[in-house]
Amino acid sequence: MNFTDEQLQRYSRHIILPEVGGRGQAKIADAKVIMVGAGGLGCPVGFYLAAAGVGTLALIDNDTVELSNLQRQIAHNVHTIGLPKVESAQKTFTALNPDVKVVPLKVRISKDNILDLIRDYDIVVDGSDNFPTRYLVNDACVMAGKPLVSGAILRFEGQVTTIIPGKGHCYRCLFEEPPPPGLVPSCQEAGVLGVLPGVIGGLQATEVLKLILGKGEPLMGELLMYNALNSSFRKVRVPRNPACPVCSESPTITELVDYNEGYCTLQ
Amino acid sequence: MSRISSDKKIDIKGLVCPYTFVKAKLAIESMELGQILEIVLDHEEASRSIPRSMEDHGQKVLHLEKINDSDWLLYIRKDKE
Repeated sequence: MNFTDEQLQRYSRHIILPEVGGRGQAKIADAKVIMVGAGGLGCPVGFYLAAAGVGTLALIDNDTVELSNLQRQIAHNVHTIGLPKVESAQKTFTALNPDVKVVPLKVRISKDNILDLIRDYDIVVDGSDNFPTRYLVNDACVMAGKPLVSGAILRFEGQVTTIIPGKGHCYRCLFEEPPPPGLVPSCQEAGVLGVLPGVIGGLQATEVLKLILGKGEPLMGELLMYNALNSSFRKVRVPRNPACPVCSESPTITELVDYNEGYCTLQ
Repeated sequence: MSRISSDKKIDIKGLVCPYTFVKAKLAIESMELGQILEIVLDHEEASRSIPRSMEDHGQKVLHLEKINDSDWLLYIRKDKE
């Protein structure tokens, strides 16, 4: 890759790392990443991937920016309230790094569109805020063989895992079915410390860059959990389930499922 | 002045750290193992930091010489991809 003088300056702190170099930076520029959610997690993930120079960054989100988002969704601001989140984030990421092609996709993800949406991308990032989407994204990535960096946050706790279909575990190896809607925290319980998605999103962006560069050990077969109140990280091993309903040799789920009803969709 | 025959030459006069090393590193990346890079530079700090960083990255510093009031000449052999 021939870098312009501006790119040399912008990416110099990457290029001087032995694990990155000019070749690694060129891989980052060639990478195509698609993110589900432009909210709490999607904002920091997209921010850092844009800063890193990821060539194509697609954002899927069907919501518009509201004032209540700004406590944690750092790509949006008072001037973009009312705009689609994907457009608001596109403005922010493009202003940070015009090298990055941001593709805003204002759609609700479903079993009917997800495989088409992720087809042209190398890596999928899940920063969604609900179980139906989390399971849908997992199943679609397993079926399409796409690496998935999944993150989740609630109150003061978050978790990250990296799913490499065919090699490591998948989300259903961990939890076979989504919890019944009644067990999902009610609206008042669903608070979140605003900085928490920054920590978890930062970890997700790190995983994405490691996958692009082919360096280090991704969180494959592992779940990393963070507790902000205790300032503690805990890593647990997640073995592949040989009887997993979606990623095993003989899966029982062979078509995508939309679990739609009964979940709170707090903004 | 030492005469080592080089496979590639770069002039990074006027550049300061870290761009001195960035340019040198990108030049090395584009070369084959065993080839020699000749660098002319005028940033004093880089005359110390580039050789050290190149050694850290597994490359061989063959020769460093102050050639006039302002400039240094540096030869690096690519020993590692």
